[in-house]
Amino acid sequence: MSKIHVSTYINGDETEFLCDPEETLLDVLRDRLGLTGAKEGCGTGDCGACSVTVDGRVVCACLMLGAEAAGRKIGTIEGMADGADLHPLQRKFLDHAALQCGVCTPGILVAAKNLLERNPDPTETEVRYWLAGNLCRCTGYDKIVRAVMDAAAEMRQA
Amino acid sequence: MALDEFDSENRIFTAVGTSPVRPDGMDKVTGKAQFGADMSAPGMLIGAVVRSPHAHARIVKIDASKAEALPGVKAVVTRADFNNSVSRANADVLDNCMAGDKALYDGHAVAAIAATSATLARKAARLVEVEYEVLPHVTDVDAAMVPDAPVIREGIDAAVEGMSPNVMARHEFGHGDIDAGFAEADLVMEKSFKTAAAHQGYIEPHACLGSLGADGRGELWCCTQGHFVARNICAELLGIDAAQLRVVASEIGGGFGGKTTVFIEPVALALSRKTQRPVKIVMSRSEVFRATGPTSSTSMDVKIGMKRDGTITAALAVNRFQGGAYPGSPVDMGSMCSFACYALENVKAVGYDVICNRPKQAAYRAPGSPMAAFAVESVIDMMCQELDLDPVEVRIKNGAREGTKASYGPKWPQIGLQATLEAAKAHPHMKAPLGPNQGRGVACGFWFNHGGETSVSLALSPDGTANLSVGTPDIGGSRASMCLMAAEELGIPYDKVRTTVVDTASLGYNDVSHGSRVTYASGLATIKAARDAKKKLCQRAAKIWGIDEDAVTWEDGMAIPAGHNAGQHDPLPFAKICKSMGRTGGPISGHFEATPEGAGVSFATHIVDAEVDPETGATSVTRYTVCQDAGKAIHPAYVEGQFQGGAAQGIGWALNEEYIYGEDGRLQNDGFLDYRIPVASDLPMIDTEIVEVPNPGHPYGVRGVGETSIVPPLAAIANAVSRAAGVRMTELPMSPPRILKALDDQDG
Repeated sequence: MSKIHVSTYINGDETEFLCDPEETLLDVLRDRLGLTGAKEGCGTGDCGACSVTVDGRVVCACLMLGAEAAGRKIGTIEGMADGADLHPLQRKFLDHAALQCGVCTPGILVAAKNLLERNPDPTETEVRYWLAGNLCRCTGYDKIVRAVMDAAAEMRQA
Repeated sequence: MALDEFDSENRIFTAVGTSPVRPDGMDKVTGKAQFGADMSAPGMLIGAVVRSPHAHARIVKIDASKAEALPGVKAVVTRADFNNSVSRANADVLDNCMAGDKALYDGHAVAAIAATSATLARKAARLVEVEYEVLPHVTDVDAAMVPDAPVIREGIDAAVEGMSPNVMARHEFGHGDIDAGFAEADLVMEKSFKTAAAHQGYIEPHACLGSLGADGRGELWCCTQGHFVARNICAELLGIDAAQLRVVASEIGGGFGGKTTVFIEPVALALSRKTQRPVKIVMSRSEVFRATGPTSSTSMDVKIGMKRDGTITAALAVNRFQGGAYPGSPVDMGSMCSFACYALENVKAVGYDVICNRPKQAAYRAPGSPMAAFAVESVIDMMCQELDLDPVEVRIKNGAREGTKASYGPKWPQIGLQATLEAAKAHPHMKAPLGPNQGRGVACGFWFNHGGETSVSLALSPDGTANLSVGTPDIGGSRASMCLMAAEELGIPYDKVRTTVVDTASLGYNDVSHGSRVTYASGLATIKAARDAKKKLCQRAAKIWGIDEDAVTWEDGMAIPAGHNAGQHDPLPFAKICKSMGRTGGPISGHFEATPEGAGVSFATHIVDAEVDPETGATSVTRYTVCQDAGKAIHPAYVEGQFQGGAAQGIGWALNEEYIYGEDGRLQNDGFLDYRIPVASDLPMIDTEIVEVPNPGHPYGVRGVGETSIVPPLAAIANAVSRAAGVRMTELPMSPPRILKALDDQDG
């Protein structure tokens, strides 16, 4: 079985990789590129732990083939902070104790950042529906929703 | 005063009770934290497990020749590759990790493959030909108990006369004369209940990376609630020395009890031993559902006698829990919890431990107690409705207090049930108006909490900082709590302490992170280790000052002379003694190795508003309040998080979550699409009231908070839904079809 050569952009960096035709983008990120921030919670697009952005749209990386990344712009949790400066969402998640085990956190942060780029002033209901594809089993979502609302408020001031 | 006695009366805390950012937070918001599946090793192979498609079948033959013929397939293991003379305690664990003569449930592991890639391993697993002789099966607890039910384990005498040998044990707790008590009642109510099996539902599937050399030395990386226990079990199942297996606990992506044992870890090690290469195994979500967890499904009868004024005169519970294909369901603990919230003169709880063709149950947050509370708290609510009594007042009237003889034996010391009830009574939630189709439910819950074997080591550095080594994996922010307690004792800032969950070769034994024990037991151990270190710091000060050790005491983070007779010496701060320790006698570390015995029980009262749509049967939880006794909240934000998380899991269990088996005994909903846990848009904000009634068995009064929060929700939501719908719901989950059926039956 011959491998596919793919050229893509990951967190702004030009990246090349070889992958099998049936490998998912998540497999490629985790197993070929060492970007293990996106997690596989289900492999069926139900949990959102592998959320990444593809050309500005939130995607479950487990539902997309690695080969489909060719020429696209992929954004992962590893690209969210600017060096030592955390994104306001990352800071607010820490301040609000919005994570317990932390395994869903990368996916939720990626999805929440995408929400605030589209809608800088979301209602609580809008936050809850936007994040409905990201399962968290630890927190009951209360502190997650508060952290997103608080980050949005701070970003509107900036 | 003994160190494990409560000593915080009037104490002013400086670090404890604040909510700083957790030490592992930065790694977890940037994607750097390494969970079970995030580790790789050079030359690593990938393992895949072959699982039974049958609920109950004799394994006639396993032919792996086609799989082994695939280029890149390196090894196949079956039961023969494990130590088959394991202790009785671990025989069931081994059989659950790899089936012997029989597959006992859909998803039971029967063989495993190691290959050079995940794709190849999965392909090879499909090529393993297993010849099965399919046997009759049973998956329902009541059906498994009848004398002519299919027998899961042959050759065992019936534990209870007249019942199937699937009934493995009978437990009984209580005191008084229940018949006399029922005779005194103005109203006696009896009702039967059922709850479905629910999975812990951690988002991170089980994952491990194992390496075992021909010399019997091994390394294991895995996501686990207890790497010392994982080490001991794996060593025994592989027939190697525990000391030669070093286990490192990865960051853990949720456990809730479900990661307190092993599944794939011994399999990865067996494959590694055969190939002499590291082997990684990561479960799929389907495997997690089919072969790990869940908690028991149950069937229960509760009978309660009450006077018109609300006084309970007698109470009886008969609990039947299936624990999957192996004995050990939490029916004993459930039965101890049934009436633990109440002060009763006449009380009895009976529990039957039943096996059937389902995966071996694993602990799930307060194992057994949520189901028991669902049945008992539902009957009390029905009686309040019948007698027109206030459900909070009835609970205050009958609720356990200090001095009460608990239904399972002990006499309560200082406890917080009444304080949680008073907090609920005073909460604005209780007075908020209800809309159409809405109902309000209240319920109480209890959990024992636990101590367990614990070791910690606290090493001081010359720059006045401290490294705390613990052996209890951090499942909800415990490193932050440990740093707070160490900082509090040493009188240094929170960020001068680093807490690490160290590997099994670096510290004495630790029980798993379960039983709400970590903040209590590892916390007590941390405080005691810090006091041990302070004693040594005082000895160094004595040496520097040239006075007796007894003449030095510790105050506000400094060594000071104990009195006038000790002479005039400037206080020596922590950092200064640390700086000179190389010259004054060498390294200083504090230690604790023991089993803390003073775990304090905890209680909670939950208030829920639910709205039921009479046309669709769908329920939405519109408001939720948790009032729970924490003893002492070390890191209040994470205490609130435990309260909220337990409530949310309870909402899922009450309304949606359920293992659904077909007639063929196979699990029909082995994914998050069909086994639906609550998502953000399903839930309201969850209000919390932290009640603090100190535990006399911990220096700061800590009780532990992780488990009690999941005990009241099933009942509180059932009471809210039943009042909203106008029909009593006695079976969980209260999914829309069940609610519609109950409404139809009532109309009919």
